[in-house]
Amino acid sequence: MADSTLKFKKLPDRDPPENTIGWIAWIRDNLFSSTTNTLTTLIFVYLFYLYIPPFIEWAIINANISGTDRSVCDANKSGACWTFIKVRLEQLLFGLYFASNPEQIWRPIVAFSVFGMLIVPLVIDKTPYKKWLLLALLMLYPVLFICIVYGGVFGIPVSDTGQWGGLLLTFALSFVGIIVALPLGILLALGRRSEMPIVKMMSVTYIEFWRGTPLITILFMASVMLPLFFPSGVDFDKVVRAMIGITLFQSAYTAEAVRGGLQAIDKGQNEASMALGMGYWRRTILIILPQALKISIPSIVNTFIALFKDTSLVSIIGLLDLLKMAQNSSRSLDWNGYDIEGYLFAGFVFWIFCYGMSSYSQKLERKLDTDRRVE
Amino acid sequence: MKSRAASKLPIMTETSPIITINKLNKWFGKFHVLKDIDLNVNKTEKIVICGPSGSGKSTLIRCINRLEVHQEGSIIVDGTELTDDVKQINEIRSDVGMVFQHFNLFPHLTVLENCTLAPIWVRKKSKVEADELGMELLTKVRIPDQAHKYPGQLSGGQQQRVAIARALCMQPRVMLFDEPTSALDPEMIKEVLETMIELAESGMTMLVVTHEMGFANKVADRVIFMDEGQIVEQNDPENFFNNPKSERTKLFLSQILNH
Repeated sequence: MADSTLKFKKLPDRDPPENTIGWIAWIRDNLFSSTTNTLTTLIFVYLFYLYIPPFIEWAIINANISGTDRSVCDANKSGACWTFIKVRLEQLLFGLYFASNPEQIWRPIVAFSVFGMLIVPLVIDKTPYKKWLLLALLMLYPVLFICIVYGGVFGIPVSDTGQWGGLLLTFALSFVGIIVALPLGILLALGRRSEMPIVKMMSVTYIEFWRGTPLITILFMASVMLPLFFPSGVDFDKVVRAMIGITLFQSAYTAEAVRGGLQAIDKGQNEASMALGMGYWRRTILIILPQALKISIPSIVNTFIALFKDTSLVSIIGLLDLLKMAQNSSRSLDWNGYDIEGYLFAGFVFWIFCYGMSSYSQKLERKLDTDRRVE
Repeated sequence: MKSRAASKLPIMTETSPIITINKLNKWFGKFHVLKDIDLNVNKTEKIVICGPSGSGKSTLIRCINRLEVHQEGSIIVDGTELTDDVKQINEIRSDVGMVFQHFNLFPHLTVLENCTLAPIWVRKKSKVEADELGMELLTKVRIPDQAHKYPGQLSGGQQQRVAIARALCMQPRVMLFDEPTSALDPEMIKEVLETMIELAESGMTMLVVTHEMGFANKVADRVIFMDEGQIVEQNDPENFFNNPKSERTKLFLSQILNH
């Protein structure tokens, strides 16, 4: 500091060197940075070459889609038999009742379309009145679904839930499981962290009981044992029984996912809101839950995705969900031998829904990431 | 709070106590943190509490808005005694502002929303009214231009000033500061202290736990030194710094002033 000629001079900002940016640099850095990486890259390129083109050839180029019976597919064994899916599509998507009553098929189509019309604007960022849309989805949509798909009102004939099946059943089970289990799970998670010993004990017992029991067992119990506890003649609907079992099971998992988020919130947040004179529910709803749910979005959605796929377990109590329907169809005399196509289709539909949930959760995470948001 | 109205009318002098603490004792488990604390805080009085870490100074001011529960003795804030009555506790808390070491702003709300949340939900103000009040106080702490940013985008000093504005939005009768500058970079301590000095000059009753002895010297009416859960010594700043009576105080002052 003694040297008075020492002056701070800001150096101008420069662009990074030319050879460290752009796609060539990216490929070099990521795929060919070392001998091992280069070798791995080459092995994978070879594997892709080995398996991808034949699959595309089978699934698309040589595939059969024309006709209405197996004769077309049997004549051209080198391609997939999408004719099977095309002919059985209604059954795979809507189940036996609607597939065998073509004049009723508008009902599940309307139900799915309304769902699509509600969910698409919810995913789009700039939609106004999102809160109301969400409320409609959670409150009105289930009512609409029951009225239209189950029927019994406005002269719509009742569809026997035992004949529900395919994607419709998978969807109904997961939708109920998700929207009922989320609030239940939040309450359980709060209960588990409660300072009131009895509330805490009950929440812990509930969570540990349902989490410690396999879903298959619960479904069996719901299907076989539940009727034993009720007088004969009281016959719970099989689908409703499955829904109850799935929801109770799912709420325990959701609770643990939410608890993870609650635990991550600094206790200073609670103290700051206490110091402002806010009561328990205001603190919880306005300060704690918005932050905790944001943190737990990945794990909550993870449990939703797991649930969506787990609904296929209902096949063991005789319900024909999407997967079971695909399996049954490909074992029918008409289409025997085309089970690969059936499974691929079912897998693809499952994937669309699960990937949709996953992408939406990632989008939500980014949107809610206020800590690092820069204007 | 009936008693407040009753006690407000006859004695509105500057010496009427707004906080009365009597024989306060507190334990964390078996650890005796506060021992027989007696303290009266008068209206508009500024008190600085200092002491080594673990002396119980933060716990003491956290007892005043019941972020900590005491086991013995009594604390009367503005005529209301702190008991287990949740409603009463919330009423007292809404009248006692608090500023924390780590700001504890709500990261999911904008700066302005941080300020207006409690006025809207606790004071039942309309959004327009609350926004107006929020902007007024953000202007007072000199960051109105940051109102629509999120706390994470602000510097530590700015965040702490937002925290002060947030507490002031409740129009409190007392402000508690729990080491408000301890988590700040040296460059930012000054801006927060300046805000606090302005607040003190406006006549706010303040209890400040801090090691900023310059601030104590300038602002405090009384400096309290605590150690081992007890009030060791209290005096006006001039006497406190120039003629500390106890050996313990002398040692403490020599340690923090000569580093």
